[in-house]
Amino acid sequence: MTAYIIRRLWQIVPTMAGVILLIFVLFNVVGGDPAYLLAGKISNPESIANIRKQLGIDEPYWMQLLIFVKQVLTFDFGQSWSTNEFVSNIFATRLPPSLMIGIPLMILETLIAISIALGVAYLRGSFTDRAAMVTCTVAQSVSILVYIIVFQYWLAYRFGWFPVQGWGNHFFENLVKYASLPVLIGLVVSLAPNIRLYRTFLLDEINQDYVRTARAKGLGESRVMFVHVLRNASIPIITNLMIQLPGLLVGLFLIERFFSIPGIGREVILAVERSDFPVIKAITVYVALATMLANLAADLLYKAVDPRVELK
Amino acid sequence: MTVASISPNAAPIGIERSPGLWSLAWKRLLGNGVAVVSMIVVALFLLLSLATAFGWIAADWNREVAVNYAPPTWFKDSHVNAIEAAGATKAPDAGPALDGAAQRAEVPNERDLLRDTIAELKRQLGQGGATADSGVTIVDPLADVMTELRKQLARGDGAAAKPTGAEPKLESLPFGADKWGRDVLKKVIQGSKTSILVGFAAALVATLLGTVLGAYAGYYGGKTDDALNWFYSIFSSIPYILLVLAIAAVLKQKGVLTVVLILGLTGWTSIFRLVRAEYLKHKARDYVRAANAIGASNRRRMFVHIFPNISHVVLVQLSLHVVLFIKSEVILSFLGFGVPVDTVSWGSMLNEAQNELILGYWWQLAAATAFMAVLVTAFSLFTDDLRDALDPKLK
Repeated sequence: MTAYIIRRLWQIVPTMAGVILLIFVLFNVVGGDPAYLLAGKISNPESIANIRKQLGIDEPYWMQLLIFVKQVLTFDFGQSWSTNEFVSNIFATRLPPSLMIGIPLMILETLIAISIALGVAYLRGSFTDRAAMVTCTVAQSVSILVYIIVFQYWLAYRFGWFPVQGWGNHFFENLVKYASLPVLIGLVVSLAPNIRLYRTFLLDEINQDYVRTARAKGLGESRVMFVHVLRNASIPIITNLMIQLPGLLVGLFLIERFFSIPGIGREVILAVERSDFPVIKAITVYVALATMLANLAADLLYKAVDPRVELK
Repeated sequence: MTVASISPNAAPIGIERSPGLWSLAWKRLLGNGVAVVSMIVVALFLLLSLATAFGWIAADWNREVAVNYAPPTWFKDSHVNAIEAAGATKAPDAGPALDGAAQRAEVPNERDLLRDTIAELKRQLGQGGATADSGVTIVDPLADVMTELRKQLARGDGAAAKPTGAEPKLESLPFGADKWGRDVLKKVIQGSKTSILVGFAAALVATLLGTVLGAYAGYYGGKTDDALNWFYSIFSSIPYILLVLAIAAVLKQKGVLTVVLILGLTGWTSIFRLVRAEYLKHKARDYVRAANAIGASNRRRMFVHIFPNISHVVLVQLSLHVVLFIKSEVILSFLGFGVPVDTVSWGSMLNEAQNELILGYWWQLAAATAFMAVLVTAFSLFTDDLRDALDPKLK
């Protein structure tokens, strides 16, 4: 087990090197000299010269690449080009709001999606099942933008049930007051595709012989569904959850933008709008790292749910 | 390509040819009511986009044919009431801005439209100095607003200020009008064209890239496979939307081609994975060995012999990605990283609609949402049925 984890961590190195190379080519080679971008933003030519020196623009590319690698390893991406805020500080302050929306959303979404999927999978072929699937298909085809615009307008602006936007300083105030509508919208958007997906995972299991055996030996329907079917369908469900996990940080970017929540996602959009390369570079690299770790975590979880899984 | 595509006449007389995969799949599709309806809807959208692309319809979407924010025809009466009701409570700052005496005689609809325009312009432009206008007297700090408004009035938007306008503006349109009085129906048709064009083109790029790379990785294996897999793991470890935004940040020139490239170059990974797995499976099969034995080159075996046998996988993926990319394009254009400003897309319409909704003008939002929902639903249903039709075992 330990050997497996070490080997997997070791495998992250070449991929991470590739990600760094890709980001480097994108921003340093394709993106060109930042002096052109900065000229409009930073009026002081000295600070531009300073940033150029920091990035090593006058050095050959391999030297610039080394500087970038050093930045990644030391978590030191310098300062934002637009606000002069340290990138490490941006991470430290923007991560908590994103997590405060992301974690409740993830938990609620998983619980609700699995419950509904179990229900419709149990009633497969019935009118309820078909109606639920049609609803999901239609709900899925409406852009997330529309959900945000309409929900924000009706529920917050017109009915006043939620604040239209904003973010406070207290944990519970944020969680209860400001995070609830974003989480609700996130739920509506992500439930439809996930219910459909989990339903197919469950249906794959429901027709297996072991389910018939379980019924034949007299087990109740709830035990068959919750213990036998759900446990066996949990492997693809875990994969799906882990795939969504890093995207959660960024995936909420539209919601964060609309509700003015100071999270990582909104930071990405602001950075792209302002051509704030250090911030985009840092977020991309670390989210990629988080993705790889989440994949590793998924593989380890497989073993926990299904002892038959061999970790090679 | 497959047996089915060879003309039945080529078969020796007396032997009935068995139907191939494609004709069977086609029959299954036609036997499915939902699939037929969704195919018709998708086909209609495609025809609409083509006709728009060639300039046959909606070419004059940019013309200001109606008063600004003209409501949909069937909604006209209730809209006037709603605006009147809302005007009393929601735009108190704009109320005293108008000289009541000069305006009271006017039709309430026009007056309220004018008032709303001022309210909105005021919001957009902020405060200015006091000024007066030919038809409307301003006692409020609204100078900048009025300059802007006068420009609009000069174009013949408001009957209040220009009773003898050169071109009569329509009071309502079937789908309503936007801020400048442009027909929302024509805009949404233009938007369909852009979104569908981008969706299809990007899906073609991604499918081509994913298929070719996947074919090489799966077929050759070894070092080629390792290298391409490394490439794949890099692209798949960066969340899709983040990669799209990062590329959008670097590429400064906006345009339809840029969006297509961004989406296509980032979206090939899942296709690569599937195609690679298929090639791994097929390369050891007897028919490929037989092709080898008769001297077919590697490339010929990959693309002439194996490809037709996995093309159904590719087709389903192509179809799936069209929907995915249409959705992504809408988000990109909404954020302003997508198509240029002078091109209408569903995303840019939603962006405009976001501000209009606060003012009570919901029709642009409704039109863009409805068109997109209908196309995406039909396309998703079609993709599902296509997959079922091509792989009957899946049922």
